[in-house]
Amino acid sequence: MELEPIIGLEVHTQLLTKSKMFCLCDANYQIAEPNSKVCPVCMALPGSLPVINRQAIEFVIMTGLALNCSINEFTQFDRKNYAYPDLVKGYQISQYDFPVAYEGFLEIETDDQPHRIGITRAHLEEDVAKMQHNNDSTNGHTLIDLNRCGIPLMEIVSEPEISSPEQAREYLIKLQNIVRYLEVSTGDMEEGSFRCDANISLRPKGSKTLGTKVEIKNMNSFRSIHKALTFEIKRQTIAINNNEVIIQETRGWDEEKEITFSQRSKEFAHDYRYFPEPDLKPIKISKEHIENLKSSLPEMPQERRDRLIKNYNLSEYNAKLITSNKATADYFEACLTSHSSKSSQQIEIAKSIANWINTELAKLLNQTNTPIENIKISPKSLINLLNLIEKGTINSTQGKQVLEKMFDTGKSSEQIVEEENFSQISDLDSIRSIVKDIIVQHPDPVQDYANGKENAIGFLVGQVMKTSKGKADPKISKSLLIEEILSGTK
Amino acid sequence: MSDEIFHKTISELRKMLDNHQVSPVELVKIYLNRSKNINPTINSVLTHTEDLALSSAKLAEKTINNKKSKLLTGIPSMVKDNISTSGIETTAASKILSGYIPPFDATVIKNLHQDQALICGKTNLDEFAMGSSTENSAFGSVKNPINTTKVPGGSSGGSAASVSAGQCVFALGSDTGGSIRQPASFCGITGMKPTYGLVSRFGLIAFGSSLDQIGPLAKSVKDCAIILNSISSVDKNDSTSIKRPFKDFGEKIGKSIKGLKIAIPKEYLVNGIEQGVRNAYEKSLIELERGGAILEEITLPLTDHALSVYYIIAPAEASSNLSRYDGIKYGTSVTGGKNSIEHTFLSRGFGFGDEVKRRILLGTYVLSSGYYDAYYLKAQKVRTLIRNEFNNAFKNFDAIVTPTTPNVAFNLNEKINDPFQMYLNDVCTIPVNIAGLPAISVPNGIENNLPTGLQIIGPRMGDPTVIQIAHYYEEISEWKRKIQNIIK
Repeated sequence: MELEPIIGLEVHTQLLTKSKMFCLCDANYQIAEPNSKVCPVCMALPGSLPVINRQAIEFVIMTGLALNCSINEFTQFDRKNYAYPDLVKGYQISQYDFPVAYEGFLEIETDDQPHRIGITRAHLEEDVAKMQHNNDSTNGHTLIDLNRCGIPLMEIVSEPEISSPEQAREYLIKLQNIVRYLEVSTGDMEEGSFRCDANISLRPKGSKTLGTKVEIKNMNSFRSIHKALTFEIKRQTIAINNNEVIIQETRGWDEEKEITFSQRSKEFAHDYRYFPEPDLKPIKISKEHIENLKSSLPEMPQERRDRLIKNYNLSEYNAKLITSNKATADYFEACLTSHSSKSSQQIEIAKSIANWINTELAKLLNQTNTPIENIKISPKSLINLLNLIEKGTINSTQGKQVLEKMFDTGKSSEQIVEEENFSQISDLDSIRSIVKDIIVQHPDPVQDYANGKENAIGFLVGQVMKTSKGKADPKISKSLLIEEILSGTK
Repeated sequence: MSDEIFHKTISELRKMLDNHQVSPVELVKIYLNRSKNINPTINSVLTHTEDLALSSAKLAEKTINNKKSKLLTGIPSMVKDNISTSGIETTAASKILSGYIPPFDATVIKNLHQDQALICGKTNLDEFAMGSSTENSAFGSVKNPINTTKVPGGSSGGSAASVSAGQCVFALGSDTGGSIRQPASFCGITGMKPTYGLVSRFGLIAFGSSLDQIGPLAKSVKDCAIILNSISSVDKNDSTSIKRPFKDFGEKIGKSIKGLKIAIPKEYLVNGIEQGVRNAYEKSLIELERGGAILEEITLPLTDHALSVYYIIAPAEASSNLSRYDGIKYGTSVTGGKNSIEHTFLSRGFGFGDEVKRRILLGTYVLSSGYYDAYYLKAQKVRTLIRNEFNNAFKNFDAIVTPTTPNVAFNLNEKINDPFQMYLNDVCTIPVNIAGLPAISVPNGIENNLPTGLQIIGPRMGDPTVIQIAHYYEEISEWKRKIQNIIK
């Protein structure tokens, strides 16, 4: 029996508001001393009351609009009741029947195939405290840091319309990019600003009914989500093929063992006893307000891609890569701005910048797992490097080496070229003497070229570069080789 | 100074203070002295805040000397112990909050400080304001100062008793289902629950959030208006707070009630109402009619359902509101649990009293999946119907008048083991909270040497009319003076 996976994703993303969701505490808590960004409200002191952060509501409306959602003109908060030490009030203020946004979609592409993934809803809630467990056998304890309590969280729930781990990853990458373009969240997974839980079930291909779903938690990177889903598909496939019953449960992802493990079965599932939050009044969102937010939405990835293609004649491929991450696109445009070119040259320089970012720079970023936001090479610095190549001070092979050094050290290209004696040999006499040696050392390719086999010149240029340790100007080398070979055959 | 001073109202003391017949420091010492003497007998005060009262009194003295006094400057008061006071233990009369000292003042406390009222103590109550007799306090029950074998009512029993016994000039209470009005009636004083939203709940330890409202217990209707003018404010910390559409709660005091239309709902003369209470009520109606009010009997059939609705919604909200007491962050912590969940079980098991546990169980049950629709959701729908029923009545009437309670103060221990009989005590007051309306209780008789109360209910934001009618009744009936004679 051929089985197909049905996946739905729940993403929790912290919003970049100034203050917390229901109090005026600073929402920038990540680097603060434990329990320093707190007040009676987020500490759940008796008698404290929540007050809604309007900016958070606007951020969810904006995200909803970017995800093609409808916006509820009547929205309200509800209490989700459960007991856990990280939930200081004993309930989380969340949204149940009337989320801010509902019924949208996100378009993704895998293997050049477009897929439309439905968005069930996007709603607001509050984050919980951070717990730090110490499992020391004699002195075991848990510390609680309340700084994170009340940080606004947006929950985005997809329809169960994702059918592979690849699609799940694409969906998440795209969603992350959207919240970053909107500047409503850092979208950072490692620091916990962008978290994902997955619901997954299998069913016979073509069947219309859904199988028993399993929820997977604790996946901290796109990689682990992909791995966890792949593992779970395999696990469930084997179970179904062995006629075992899939249990509805919550499973955790063990990053080290690369397996999912049972955490909680349905019998122990919480009854959250949702009811409308009596401390907050329902909110009316006017059509006007929604329209205003719609018209002030920042440029989204697709629009930016189209603009880059139109304005700079970038290839579809380059434009897509550049805009697939807001920070990369910002870097690209910052490079263009710091290049003091005439508009006639812009298309050429844009292409060159895009090529460098998408190939050499991307390689370095990937190898070192560095986000482009943290790069040590300023846009101005990259432009200076390109200028050195343009002027012929160094050649492009050297350029790549210089870039690598800039990437590691943060030094300017000029400094590296000078310190490491990188400058290209372009004086004719020096190159000519190397060229003459090479012609003597490699008579066969020389003869081939002389006989009209033009490809042979490439090898000889390569030999000149090798001998000069990459410093010879390849253009000059080539023309001198041709000149010498032709003069020799006369 | 004679006992007379302990019967004086805010306005009377205002004159004495401004004329320098007594200074705030002297006044506060007189009151504190009396309060400490009486307290072992009636147990109305949990904490005397002498330092705070004296330092505030000194400031008040300067203000008076500079002839800048406000109506409450230098007036001794007390506050129910479920209202947060910065630096002063606030327990809600629960073991689970024993030792908890809030780092902030409730908005009403800030407002009182602003107006330089003197806070002399924190008053006893039914644990988390759950009860009608103040017998549910973890720190001992309160006795009615008029007859110490009787309960003072509840849950603001400590506040009512402290005013009645002259431990303070006025007190703040909270009213979720009658918790200001019923004890005011039992103790022969005046207590008012304003329209929901007019007084900030910020700092009030929550019981039933959609029903809770802070209000005054005082020696006169006018005093209630003065206190409400001080404590009512739009509060950015309370999203349910509303700006009052009138300037002064007492703006209609002294105006004739001639032509006002007053409704007499027959459902409030419930089965089991004491004959004395009934008689007092009927006499009051005659006196209102004499003043020119037009009285008309009406029917409010949904009244019968109000008690059921209340005992679903209030426990539901309470079960959630009280889940923050986990024995981890503040208050009582019972150690010995193997993990945090066990720690919480132990702390809550030890820290909550029986009535609180009963309501947590009730509330958890009515919100549970499978029962939510049948209980909580249905109760919310009936709540809307009850609200509509009142709104319809107020299209034709300026006020509704009922007895405050079906009976006078009962004996200590009489009803404590029969929750249903206890709940029935609030049958006349609960519908008002369900609908978020303003209502006052004023003394309207003495039955077996115990006071009875008249409840005047107004439409939403009709607080000044309620006060107008109550003040008129107080003036012509003279019950205020007569009841003073039975207070020892």
